[in-house]
Amino acid sequence: MTSISMVVNGRSVGGEVEDRTLLVEFIRENLRLTGTHVGCDTSQCGACVVHVDGKAVKACTTLAAQANGCEVTTIEGIAGDELHPMQQAFKDNHGLQCGFCTPGMIMAATDMVNRLGKDLDEKTIRAELEGNICRCTGYHNIVKSIQDGASKM
Amino acid sequence: MYNTNYHRASSVEDAVSKMGSSDDAKFVSGGQTLIPTMKQRLAAPSDLIDLRHVDSMKGITVDGNQITIGAGVTHAEVHSSKELGAACPSIAALAGHIGDPHVRNMGTIGGSIANNDPAADYPAAMIALNATIITNKREIAADGFFTGMFETALGEDEIITAVSFITPVKAAYSKFPNPASRYAMAGVFVAQTGEGVRVGVTGAGADGVHRHTEMEAALTANWTPEAIANCNVDANELLSDLHGDNNYRANLVKVMAKRAVEMAG
Repeated sequence: MTSISMVVNGRSVGGEVEDRTLLVEFIRENLRLTGTHVGCDTSQCGACVVHVDGKAVKACTTLAAQANGCEVTTIEGIAGDELHPMQQAFKDNHGLQCGFCTPGMIMAATDMVNRLGKDLDEKTIRAELEGNICRCTGYHNIVKSIQDGASKM
Repeated sequence: MYNTNYHRASSVEDAVSKMGSSDDAKFVSGGQTLIPTMKQRLAAPSDLIDLRHVDSMKGITVDGNQITIGAGVTHAEVHSSKELGAACPSIAALAGHIGDPHVRNMGTIGGSIANNDPAADYPAAMIALNATIITNKREIAADGFFTGMFETALGEDEIITAVSFITPVKAAYSKFPNPASRYAMAGVFVAQTGEGVRVGVTGAGADGVHRHTEMEAALTANWTPEAIANCNVDANELLSDLHGDNNYRANLVKVMAKRAVEMAG
């Protein structure tokens, strides 16, 4: 067992976990923040994307112990009193159908804006979505949502 | 995943000492290969020694024509480095096509090279750039470092701390990614270096990454994509798997090499 502590969505949290505990397990099962999803569990689908020290990572492929001492942001941590502009854009542009991939899509999208700026063209967005899989939408409205949300961030 | 014991190393010495006092430990950096492998129970190290917090393994230095990349530098950092973008854009571009943005934020150049996946991108660049792999014990030329699929010259408690190479005159990497995994089904890195033309091939070789000396000779005589047209890529030395047989890969190697030469200009 390892004792870990980190700041998740601005709140200091900690716990005793098995060393093999994945970050996504710690977030979902210990912290009960179930917005971060496990889709494929094999580093491909991106439903588990969270930000660790400001960078998007796949929480199913990161040990909780690796994130010890870090700042973590999950989908629950991005809205203030109103939805985050990226969340609002997914709502406005019908950027989701079943919604399972959406938390990871939004965390990937905000990371994209952090790295590349607000002015994102379609080709860039599609290339940057390499690590996020959606089985409903065909991506078209997700790309539209990200372009819209990015411009409002 | 079977249970393991996680340790965070503060320095290279600390990592080596933790390795020495463990049963069956493995070094982990970004963990983007090792953690999925452990989840599948294909690896079950008793201990994991995390190298991500070793400061001496970080950073990119361009000193004249000498480029040094710390082993702990992530693919995202290589891809977005302004210094590398100016001094060696081919390796920055290569890093931007590994995995996906989230994987690139964790995975490191040292981890990729130490793992020597036969379809990984960096080993082709190391061979073509005639890079030196620097460890805590010695310096190893890339030619002697990659010894076979998932095999390297590294000893048990040996850690890659950096890689170093001379800025190439011209270089480019072209890969045909597997449509699902984006690993190279064939990837070719071509470089004009101070010591001649070098061609590194990944994704295709039955023994992993290798040079293609016939193409090197052809490109030395004539640096154009057409120069490769008559080169022989021996399918008997290439991989066959469910993604493509060896003859298919032999053709891909040639096409990727041509594209790389064209990109290098």
